[in-house]
Amino acid sequence: MTYTDYATGAPVTDTKAPFGPVHERWDKRRFEAKLVNPANRRKHTVIVVGTGLAGGSAGATLAEQGYHVVQFCYQDSPRRAHSIAAQGGINAAKNYRNDGDSVHRLFYDTVKGGDFRARESNVHRLAQISVEIIDQCVAQGVPFAREYGGLLDTRSFGGVQVSRTFYARGQTGQQLLLGAYQALSRQIAAGNVEMHPRTEMLDLIVVDGRARGIVARDLITGKIDTYFADAVVLASGGYGNVFYLSTNAMNSNATAIWRAHRRGAYFANPCFTQIHPTCIPRTGDHQSKLTLMSESLRNDGRIWVPKAKGDTRPPHRIPEDERDYYLERIYPSFGNLVPRDIASRAAKNVCDEGRGVGPGGQGVYLDFADAIKRMGRKAVEAKYGNLFDMYQRITDEDPYEVPMRIYPAVHYTMGGLWVDYDLQTTIPGLFAIGEANFSDHGANRLGASALMQGLADGYFVLPATINDYLARNPHQDPVTEQHPVVQEVLAETEDRINLLLAVDGDRTPDSFHRELGELMWEFCGMARSDAGLRKALERIPQIREEFWRRIKVPGTGEEFNQSLEKANRVVDYLELAELMCLDALHRTESCGGHFREESQTPDGEAARKDEEFSYAAAWEFTSTGEAPVLHKEDLVFEYVHPTQRSYA
Amino acid sequence: MKLTLRVWRQKNAGAEGAMSTYEVDDISPDMSFLEMLDVLNEQLILSGEEPVAFDHDCREGICGACSLVINGDAHGPERTTTCQLHMRSFKDGDTIDIEPWRASAFPVIKDLVVDRSAFDRIIQAGGYITAPTGAAPEAHATPVPKADADFAFEHAECIGCGACVAACPNGAAMLFTSAKVNHLNVLPQGAPERESRVLDMVAQMDAEGFGGCTLTGECATACPKGIPLMSITSMNKEWLRATRKAGKR
Repeated sequence: MTYTDYATGAPVTDTKAPFGPVHERWDKRRFEAKLVNPANRRKHTVIVVGTGLAGGSAGATLAEQGYHVVQFCYQDSPRRAHSIAAQGGINAAKNYRNDGDSVHRLFYDTVKGGDFRARESNVHRLAQISVEIIDQCVAQGVPFAREYGGLLDTRSFGGVQVSRTFYARGQTGQQLLLGAYQALSRQIAAGNVEMHPRTEMLDLIVVDGRARGIVARDLITGKIDTYFADAVVLASGGYGNVFYLSTNAMNSNATAIWRAHRRGAYFANPCFTQIHPTCIPRTGDHQSKLTLMSESLRNDGRIWVPKAKGDTRPPHRIPEDERDYYLERIYPSFGNLVPRDIASRAAKNVCDEGRGVGPGGQGVYLDFADAIKRMGRKAVEAKYGNLFDMYQRITDEDPYEVPMRIYPAVHYTMGGLWVDYDLQTTIPGLFAIGEANFSDHGANRLGASALMQGLADGYFVLPATINDYLARNPHQDPVTEQHPVVQEVLAETEDRINLLLAVDGDRTPDSFHRELGELMWEFCGMARSDAGLRKALERIPQIREEFWRRIKVPGTGEEFNQSLEKANRVVDYLELAELMCLDALHRTESCGGHFREESQTPDGEAARKDEEFSYAAAWEFTSTGEAPVLHKEDLVFEYVHPTQRSYA
Repeated sequence: MKLTLRVWRQKNAGAEGAMSTYEVDDISPDMSFLEMLDVLNEQLILSGEEPVAFDHDCREGICGACSLVINGDAHGPERTTTCQLHMRSFKDGDTIDIEPWRASAFPVIKDLVVDRSAFDRIIQAGGYITAPTGAAPEAHATPVPKADADFAFEHAECIGCGACVAACPNGAAMLFTSAKVNHLNVLPQGAPERESRVLDMVAQMDAEGFGGCTLTGECATACPKGIPLMSITSMNKEWLRATRKAGKR
C-alpha cells in the first residue's frame, strides 16, 4: 500500500465543547470542570515543554495554582523563545476606541479570516478571553504604547475595520514574552517550577494509554533522561522550519509534536501554512533564514513590478507607464491591502511570469516614493523609521531612495496537534497549546492573533481545563524508569541518536534540510497542484532513504553537539513533510493559506468547497512511510455563515 | 571575499582553550556574520572536524542568543547584534578574531558558547511584578503617564545578550540589572515592590560574581539595544533610596 492510499477512519464526533449559546459555553465548561483541592495540587506534577508565550504563561500560572511544574526549553534561557520576534501587536476586543468593536466582532473576524475552517466554540472563547489578557499583561508591567492621557493606544491591523491591536512599538512579542518569563521566574525562585534550559524533548512516554512523561536530552552533557508527570503540555511552537527558509528561529523545530504524533496524537490540517507577503528576499544560497517586516508597510507602500519580462533597468529608470501596480490593477477596491495569502500568491505569479526584480528575479518592489511625496519624508520616518533601518542594515540599500524589494516567506503554521475544546490531544493527559495545536485560526491566521492565542491558551484556558483532567485522574500509579514501556522508549531514542552518529556519510544535516525545504517550497508552498504534490510525495521517501545512508554527524552523543541536534530535527522534518503533502493533496479545495491550482474561480481566485471540505482533517499515524488514517471533524457554523471571500 | 578566521576552540568547560586558524573563501558581502560561520562549519563537518559551537536562534536581533567577541568588540564593529552584522563590514583578505564572551560569571560551555544563567537568577531575585494570573484589575484603572511608559519601554528593550558584561573591563552586570530595575520601578504597577526589587537584584548580581562598576561606559557603547548609561545612575538612586528607607524601618 502506498502512502497516498490512506484509509478514512471514524469521524471525530466529541470535541468536548458544551452546547448552548456560544457566549455561555466557556462559563459552562469551567463550571462543569472538576477542581483539584488546593492542598492536593502540589502532589501533581505537570511537564511543560517550551517557554514561549503559551508555555511561559502556562508554566507560571499552573505553578501559581499550586501544581509542581517541570519545564523545558532548548534555549539557554526561558526568555528567548521565538514568540519574542513577533512585531505587530496583540488583538483584544476592549472597544476602547468606541469604534463598534465587541467580542462578537472579533469572533466573527477570526472565523471569517480563517476561511471557515476553525471551530466556532474555540474562537469565541478566544475573543472573550482577549480582554483579560490585556489586563493581565498591564498588571505585569508590560510597557504597551500609551496616549498622552496615560491610557493605552491601539491601532488597526491586518485589514480589519476596528482599532483593536495593542502594541509595544515593533516589539510586542518581546514585551509580552518577557512578562510571561518574569512571572515564570518568580515561580522558579519560589521552587514551584523546576526549569531545565538547554534540554530538548526527544520523545513522549505513554503508559496505559496516558501521557506520563518525556524523554529529553541535556544539550550540554548529552545525557538522555526521563521525566515523569501526571500530565504533559506541549507548547513547542509551529513547524514552519520544514521549509528550511522561514521567518522562524533557526532552532525552532517540530520534534516534540511529531514524536507525540507518532505516539498516537492526531495531527490536524498539516497543510495549512501561512506565507507572509512582506519579507526581505533571499540574496543567495548561503541564506539561513528570512526576515519579516511588519505588513503595516503595505498601508503606504505601493507594490509593483516592470510590465516587461526580464526588464533589468534600475527602478528609477523604469517610467511610470512601464510599471505594473498589479495589486491595484487586479483588486481595485482593496489594492495593496488585500489579505496575506492573496498578496503572497500575486507576488509569486508575477515572478513566475519572469517579471520579478532583484537577484534571481525573486522579489517585487514596495515603493514609498509616492508616500514620501504625499506625507513628506519626516512623516514616513516617524511611521516606519525602524523598519526602514532594519531593511537598510540587511540589504545595504536606502529605502528612502530606492524602492524596497520584498518576497513572501513561510511565517506561521495554522495546523498542529489536534485538540478538543479542553486543548487535550487524542492521547489522554497530553495537551497542546499555542502554535503547536491547530485550534483557532482555521486555514489562515489574522495579524496580531498569534500572541492573543498563545497567551489565552497559557494563562486562562489550559489552567482551567487541566484541572478537570487531574481531578478525574487523581491517583495514577507512579511510573519509573524501570517500567518496560519507558525502557523501550528510552532504547528507541538512544538507538536513533547512535545511528545518526554511526552512519558517518558525506552530507551535512543542513544539506538535507535545504534540499527538503526547496522541494516543499516548490510543491507545497504558495500554490499546490495534484501533479506537484505527487512529485514531492515521490521524492521525500527518497531523500529520507538517502539521509540514513549519507548523513554525517561529527563528534559524540555525550557532549554539546549542535550537528547532532540539527540532524535529529531533520529526521522528523523528513516525516512531517510527507504528511503535509498528503494533507494538501487530499484537500482538493483552495482555502486560506492552502491554494490548490485545480480549485480556482474563472478569474483566478481561490475557490472553497464547503460541501466537501468543511472539516478539520485529523491524521492518525501508522508507521513511517505508511499511509496514515484520516479522521474528520465536521465543522458546524451556527453563528458565522460561510461566504466566499471577495476582495475585488 | 577570502578571510582568515582565528577562532576560540574549547572542548568543554573543564578543558583548556586556544585560538585555531581557518580560511574561508567565496564569502559574499551580503552574508550575515553567522552565515559566514555556517559556511565554515559546513566545511569543517565535511572534512571530519567538529564544527565551531556558537549560540544563535532568531537571527533577527531580538532573542539575545548570539554572543561573539569579534576583533575585541562584543558583537563586532557595528552597534548591533552579531546576527545582524553583515560581511560588508569587513574587507577581502581580513583576519578576524572570534572569541566567546569573557567574564568570570559567564563560564565557557564549549567554543563560543557561554553559560549566562546568572542573568536568569538576577531576574528571579526580583525582576518581576507579583501579579498572579486572574488577579489583574482592568487595564485602564491605572493610567501611566506617557513619559513614564516610554522610559519603561526604553529599558525593557534589553535582550539579555550579555554584551554589556563582555565589554566591561570589570565584567560588571550593572547595565543589565539596571535596565530591569528601571523598567519596573517607574511603573505604578511596580511600586509596591520597588525597594525589595532593587535590593534583591543587586544582591544577587553581586553573589553571581559580576565585577563592580567604575562607570567606564563600555557597556552602553556595546549594547545593541541602546540602553543608556544613565540607566546605571537611575538604579543607584533607587538603591540608595531603598537602603535609606530600609534603615529607617
